Amino acid sequence: MDFRVASTRRLSSGGSDAHSRLSFYLTAPTLEVSLEEFEQYALDRLRVLKGLEEALSRGRRSEELEALVIDLWRKYMRTSNGSDLNKDIISHFVLRLVYCRSDELRKWFLSMESSLFRNRFHSEAPDDQKRFLEDNELPYKAISTSDFESIKDKLVQVARSLNQPSPNADSTFYKVPFEEVPELVAGRKVYIHKGQAYVPSTQLTFLVAGQFRSKLSKALVLTYRKWMSVISEEESDRLAPIVEALSSRYLGPDYSQGKIKSEVALQDMDDLAKTSFPLCMRHLFFKLREEHHLKHGGRQQLGLFLKGVGLKLEDALAFWRSEFGQKMGVERFDKEYAYNIRHNYGKEGKRTDYTPFSCNKIILSTPGVGDHHGCPYRHFSEENLRAALGSMHLGVRIVDEILEKVRNRHYQVACSLTFEATHGSQTIGINHPNQYFEQSRKILQPKVPQELANDNTETTTAS
Amino acid sequence: MGQPHVDAMEVDSSRNVRDSTTDYMQVDELPAPEQNKPADVFSPEYLRLYYSRLFPYSDMCKWLSYGNDGKHPGCDSSYLNRREFSFTLDHDIYVRYVSFRNASEMESSIRDRCPYKIDIGAVYNVDPAKRTAYASSGSEKVFAPVERELVFDVDMTDYDDIRFCCTGADICLKCWPLMTIAIKVLDTALREDFGFEHILWVYSGRRGVHCWVCDVKARRLTNEQRAAVAEYFRVYKGNENNTKKVSLGGSAMHPSLLRAYVEVLRPFFEDQILSNQGLLQFEERYGKLLDMIQDDGIVAQAQDRWQSSRRSSETDVSVARWKQLKNLLESGKHKGSGLRRCVEEIIFSYTYPRVDFEVSKHMNHLLKAPFCVHPKTGRICVPIDAEECDRFDPTAVPTVADLIEELNKGEASLSNVAQNQKERDISKTSLMKSIELFRTQFLNPLLKSCKADVENSYTEKLHNTQTKLDW
Repeated sequence: MDFRVASTRRLSSGGSDAHSRLSFYLTAPTLEVSLEEFEQYALDRLRVLKGLEEALSRGRRSEELEALVIDLWRKYMRTSNGSDLNKDIISHFVLRLVYCRSDELRKWFLSMESSLFRNRFHSEAPDDQKRFLEDNELPYKAISTSDFESIKDKLVQVARSLNQPSPNADSTFYKVPFEEVPELVAGRKVYIHKGQAYVPSTQLTFLVAGQFRSKLSKALVLTYRKWMSVISEEESDRLAPIVEALSSRYLGPDYSQGKIKSEVALQDMDDLAKTSFPLCMRHLFFKLREEHHLKHGGRQQLGLFLKGVGLKLEDALAFWRSEFGQKMGVERFDKEYAYNIRHNYGKEGKRTDYTPFSCNKIILSTPGVGDHHGCPYRHFSEENLRAALGSMHLGVRIVDEILEKVRNRHYQVACSLTFEATHGSQTIGINHPNQYFEQSRKILQPKVPQELANDNTETTTAS
Repeated sequence: MGQPHVDAMEVDSSRNVRDSTTDYMQVDELPAPEQNKPADVFSPEYLRLYYSRLFPYSDMCKWLSYGNDGKHPGCDSSYLNRREFSFTLDHDIYVRYVSFRNASEMESSIRDRCPYKIDIGAVYNVDPAKRTAYASSGSEKVFAPVERELVFDVDMTDYDDIRFCCTGADICLKCWPLMTIAIKVLDTALREDFGFEHILWVYSGRRGVHCWVCDVKARRLTNEQRAAVAEYFRVYKGNENNTKKVSLGGSAMHPSLLRAYVEVLRPFFEDQILSNQGLLQFEERYGKLLDMIQDDGIVAQAQDRWQSSRRSSETDVSVARWKQLKNLLESGKHKGSGLRRCVEEIIFSYTYPRVDFEVSKHMNHLLKAPFCVHPKTGRICVPIDAEECDRFDPTAVPTVADLIEELNKGEASLSNVAQNQKERDISKTSLMKSIELFRTQFLNPLLKSCKADVENSYTEKLHNTQTKLDW
């Protein structure tokens, strides 16, 4: 990748063509851009992606999502001098640098950019879509009428399984290797036979978005290598600081590192779970107390949350050992489970200090048989959710209100309502279980930081 | 942050924590020998003998070389050497990133360390044993997996909410049909839908089955594509806190699901599972099943009828009650397709394969090698013939102790006189059948197509360089 910041050369728009407003971002632009623009463009694009993320985690329907994306795009990505396309391309490549630098970041960026692209492509007029295919030389050929007739039954069946109108002789289907449309495969949204997926023209967006995604996925890894080997050093006092600041600036509060946290003691845990844990963690916590066991997904979700809350490694080990030990014996725990807890604290294996899960991640998880993790508002049946909320001593009226939000798939709003009802206080909205916890502590125990500060001064003077 | 080991933690973390990987405790150290009498079926001494006289090193290496061990100029001689193996030694010591150049290196390493479990990982871009040399951040070449069979792991513990004969690690012939169903459904879909041809099914040694899809196309799938194939098989969405277990989509079933339903699930459910598991025999069991019906009237009707009738001694009471229930659901009074859906949903809940998705999703997830010995049961992880999987009996799979006994007693069959010592040893035991199955059903066809792959890619390469030269 090549950034000529404020160089004297001015080239025609690199990479993308002049026909289509969309781009696969195949080549980095060789454009003149000031450092201010560099940063501003990136921030504007981040606002779009963040807005999209929020909508996704609220489980918005695809039509809503598309309207939202167009809105966000209009709001943040328009320029006064008509160089929208340049802004699009520059901001994309800047964020590539920002988000190439860890697996977690890449995953986030890939999924947000893909969703952005898909929604933008979908909103284009059919002619523009077609032009985009031609411009990018995507070689999709429709299947012949005789081919269509021979598999018509299956195609009709797929359409019906998706509650879509049945295809007829006028419908166009593209035959592509299934590898190119992973999303359609995963959702069983296409007919697949002998490795070929039959994609209806109405799903063309997925086909193109699939291309986009795989190209970007590869590019991100390459960008990372380049960043490690060249850019970070060459640009150490110019772009690198901006890039690094951008990523930390937008990840929201980081509940794993840096900050000096208040610590929690093991013996306070039960009280804290009752008063200050969000429902997802409260449920896991008491299930663990009850059954002395949690499956992998539950251990991860609760374990990392407790780490974020301030449970030290030794205490965490003691905590999990005391529970699991009751069921399987301490020895087996030490042999089979302790490793993973140390791993989460960055003491084993790759030695990464893992971050507690965000609401988004929890909502998108897929708990299976015997699992207790996930977001109760999303994964519980209404009956079980009602019971769970009842155990928090919430009134019928407020529970109904919460369930109403759940029915409209506003899981985080439902969680915020629960917070407000149990704390008798407003919240700005919940998007991370640890944020829930911290807000709760602030309300229930507002004096803690001061006391801590006093303690510290006392010890210093004493010594 | 900033470590170049993309994804490397997936395996690190999952190995120790996944419930399904807790199989390999050192059995010989257990104080209470009454569980399965492990000393009878397994001991380190048996294992040592098995590794020195029976384990099919050369078949394993032929398989995992995928034709690259030949003399053809198109062969990539480093291929096998870039594959990760992992050993679990006594006292749960894990040794990762072991690699071999050929069968004799593999043999000496395994005989030397006598691992309780051997796992097969991904093929990396460099020899995994030398990965640290490439880990320095300045290097362009980052240590990363490049190829891996598409694998599936189906484990009986994931069916614990719908089987009543045994729980946890135990299996019996009453619940094993659930695995037979899994093999049939997945095997057919992998072949018919995805077009894969080289598929190996292996008994996991205790309570499940593993599937290795070895086509070159499958080996080169990205993590995302692997996840998509795995998700294609996700039907079961229930968890502990939700009774709605299965979602089948709109007004018809996807062709792949319909095929599974008609050819496998429904016949198995009605002919075997219903009565095997006594699904409608007792109140707590049929209560669970009735929970899936969203029509209180029908549920009450069924309950009334079943509570009053005292026929629970009859063996086919579940079958009879299922007929009644089906009539209720499909009768004219309740013509709504939503209720007819119930029959399908119930059958799917009780039969459709429950794949451990995490295992399939990542290139670098480890999976136990075929022909390993399960330290708890002593049984060999033998291949299963998918076409004959109805007849596979996990309780009849030889244990390492059986094999050693056969080895000591047995005579090599005369036809094998010309062969080497190893072949003669194997032919004395019941392992022979499994190895022959491995060769004829899987290895030979695989190597044939690998040979063609090597040829093709070589001529293609030649052609490319030639056109370049012309220019």
